[in-house]
Amino acid sequence: MNFKLPFVPEQASAAASEVDNLTLYLVGMSTFFTVLIAAMIIVFAIKYRRRSDNQVGSNFENSAFLEITWTLIPLLIALFTFGWGLKVFFRLYRPPTNAVEYQVTGKQWMWKIQHPTGQREINELHVPIGQPTRLVMTSEDVIHSFFVPAFRVKADVVPGRQSSIWFTPTKAGRYHLFCTEFCGTEHSGMIGWVTVQTQEEYQAWLAAAPAPKAPSADGERLFAQYACNTCHKPAPGGRGPSLYGLYGTQVALADGGTARADDAYLRESILMPSARMVQGYEPIMPAFQGQVSEEALQQLISYIKNLPAADAAAAGTTPASQGNTR
Amino acid sequence: MNATASALAPPPSDIAERPNFLTNGHSLKSWLLTLDHKRVAILYLIAVSCYFLLGGIFAMIMRIELLTPVGDLMLPDTYNRVFTGHGVTMVFFFLIPAIPGILGNFLIPLMIGAKDVAFPRLNLASWYLYMTGGALMLVGTLNGGVDTGWTFYPPYSTSYTTTNVLIVGIGVFINGFSSILTGLNFMVTVHRMRCPGMTWFRLPLFIWGQYATSLIMVLGTPVIAITLLLLVFERLFHLGIFDPAKGGDPILFQHLFWFYSHPAVYIMILPSMAVISELIACFSRKRIFGYHFVAFASIGIAVLGFVVWGHHLYVSGQSVYAGAVFSLLTMLVAIPSAVKVFNWSMTLYQGSVSLETPMLYALGFIGLFTIGGLTGVFLGTLGFDVHVHDTYFVVAHFHYVMVGGTIMGYLGGLHFWWPKITGRMYPEFWAKISALLVFVGFNLTFFPQFLLGYMGMPRRYHAYPEEFQVLNVLSTAGASVLAIGFVLPTIYFIWSLTSGPLAGNNPWHARGLEWETTSPPPTENFASTPSVSREPYDYFEAAEEAAGRAVPPARSH
Repeated sequence: MNFKLPFVPEQASAAASEVDNLTLYLVGMSTFFTVLIAAMIIVFAIKYRRRSDNQVGSNFENSAFLEITWTLIPLLIALFTFGWGLKVFFRLYRPPTNAVEYQVTGKQWMWKIQHPTGQREINELHVPIGQPTRLVMTSEDVIHSFFVPAFRVKADVVPGRQSSIWFTPTKAGRYHLFCTEFCGTEHSGMIGWVTVQTQEEYQAWLAAAPAPKAPSADGERLFAQYACNTCHKPAPGGRGPSLYGLYGTQVALADGGTARADDAYLRESILMPSARMVQGYEPIMPAFQGQVSEEALQQLISYIKNLPAADAAAAGTTPASQGNTR
Repeated sequence: MNATASALAPPPSDIAERPNFLTNGHSLKSWLLTLDHKRVAILYLIAVSCYFLLGGIFAMIMRIELLTPVGDLMLPDTYNRVFTGHGVTMVFFFLIPAIPGILGNFLIPLMIGAKDVAFPRLNLASWYLYMTGGALMLVGTLNGGVDTGWTFYPPYSTSYTTTNVLIVGIGVFINGFSSILTGLNFMVTVHRMRCPGMTWFRLPLFIWGQYATSLIMVLGTPVIAITLLLLVFERLFHLGIFDPAKGGDPILFQHLFWFYSHPAVYIMILPSMAVISELIACFSRKRIFGYHFVAFASIGIAVLGFVVWGHHLYVSGQSVYAGAVFSLLTMLVAIPSAVKVFNWSMTLYQGSVSLETPMLYALGFIGLFTIGGLTGVFLGTLGFDVHVHDTYFVVAHFHYVMVGGTIMGYLGGLHFWWPKITGRMYPEFWAKISALLVFVGFNLTFFPQFLLGYMGMPRRYHAYPEEFQVLNVLSTAGASVLAIGFVLPTIYFIWSLTSGPLAGNNPWHARGLEWETTSPPPTENFASTPSVSREPYDYFEAAEEAAGRAVPPARSH
């Protein structure tokens, strides 16, 4: 759409117009039924108004045809609406594989954001136009919710879990970022801005912003600091399993089952190692529940995710030295 | 139904001369220890009105704060307590008990030709549980209130807030038992106390609606009771149930909470729909179109209402496939609601329509519920909901259903049965003015909130960006009109108690057993047990009979 509808926020993501088209359909469909019912009531109330004190209504009080009509037509419309909504929903929550990941941590009452290249921001997010962008989010305290009206996306940010949204910005500008899950005193102050820039502007911004380390580099430091590396060695044979090339693989568990080594599994295995033990290892790892902050946990997971497969490790490359961020 | 001799007797000159439930004992004890369902209804009327006033004051304070973008009237913490107070008071202490507690209690025995509900003592106990729960809620409020929102989401409610979650939570927990016992009482009453000839399909639709509501009260409320208890345990004894830092799961709470609280929406709207059926039949002098469909739609809404709770969790991180299932089920709930609306509208066709105040409320209900219901379809649609979830769009939607739906039905019913309850008429002119003010004020208050929500304004915001101001000012202006619309009936209802013209037994020439007894009814309801020989709303048949013609069978196409 090239014209601006009233009361519709800026369309600044690829999905925004899909959501708005769905909205237009819903508004049209509802307007039709509202007008139909209002017309029925007004016309009948006038046409069949009581003309004498003793007048009563007729005994026309059943119609199988009408009942079937106004059951079936709404049912078909409802199913159609459901299908359209589902299509848009899957679009909103299924990121493409090439999406670039940013880390987002919610805490009372601010948004802490880290770029894949290490730059940090608070209540601000700079992203380039046209880049499929995925936000990996968690909370340090209560439930928050990350909402950018101009992108038509939202997801709750829940402590103890990771959630994510993705979008492809399509229009340069500054757009509101809101917390939409009530989180305490300054809930309405937990707002910020998403700044969409051209690639060149974004690169200039990145260069100007202090870039300490990529999250995986911080993760590498923490991996040593918590002495994870004394058991989890690059090559198999340590007291703990090697974590190189682990991410995304199927892990054989001590109880005979398997688990996919995804973000949730890594998180659980750091916080509560005995929950799903890897086959062939002793439950000797201490639980880190309450010992590491959410941010540190995200950095550790980011480091582990980026560990290359074992043969690459033998060649001496590590993700931090590669500057790889995914 | 049979016309009885009492309907033809001339109205006595003064209510006080004739013994009725209002004059049967004047002491405080005769009220506080009463076993008469009609007096219990009056007790509810007084208490519920007080909570409505309290919830309304909270609402006005919020709307005044939201006149300006900056939070300049009060501190954020104060605002958070005010909107929580508004939600808790209105949902648990006004909307849920209002129609069942007042109109349900008063009318169910009268409409089925019984002397009282099945368990009169339990009925009184329900009121005391309601008052106890309400008192605890009030103590918590006076002690500083709660700032979690009426949804009490952990871990904020269990591990972070320092406000009175415990006492208010326990208050709501106790109040739940009032709901459960009322539902149980109504169900047994409808099963066991119907007068001779009153078969299930001769029941007024009011009874079907109350029965469906009772079903939800009995089956749903225990779940919120358990959930609140777990919340209290986590807060008090630090058990890790919902707080992830203690090993719990905050999403589990949301599932449990909405398993009750979504059906609770139908606890609020079904009794109102029950009232609307009575009003439309009476003021169209015609049987409700598709009686069986309207009756079973109530049951259908009650049953389907139990399997849609997950639509409150579309953006919570629950599986997208769970979202898909809940969306599909949510769409199905729209069908019985649509069936009801079409049948009500069709009842007017070939009717004898007159627009007294109760009918104005009933038609207003259809308008507002249509918008509330259709925007429910919007929100059930996954791709749409993501954008407006937890924004003012949701606030507008549920106010259209709960306020536009429940309060329109409540006020319409109160006007309709006021002459039966008190024996006196309210002033029709002022009542029509108030009905108009409520309808206009309501739309002005809540329609702008749909737009605010789509523009992206989140709910529960004490301060907001400037671009949202114009619509917020409109909304506050509407709330002021709405407030006048609510104050007017308060004044003229109280005035009518002593100065309203005498109503007689059946001022609306309505059919239905409650209109065959005197106004106000005697303590035992009927001079002799009534009996029923026809389906309800027999306006056409009664007129044919009065004209000396044989009654033809109903027409259908």
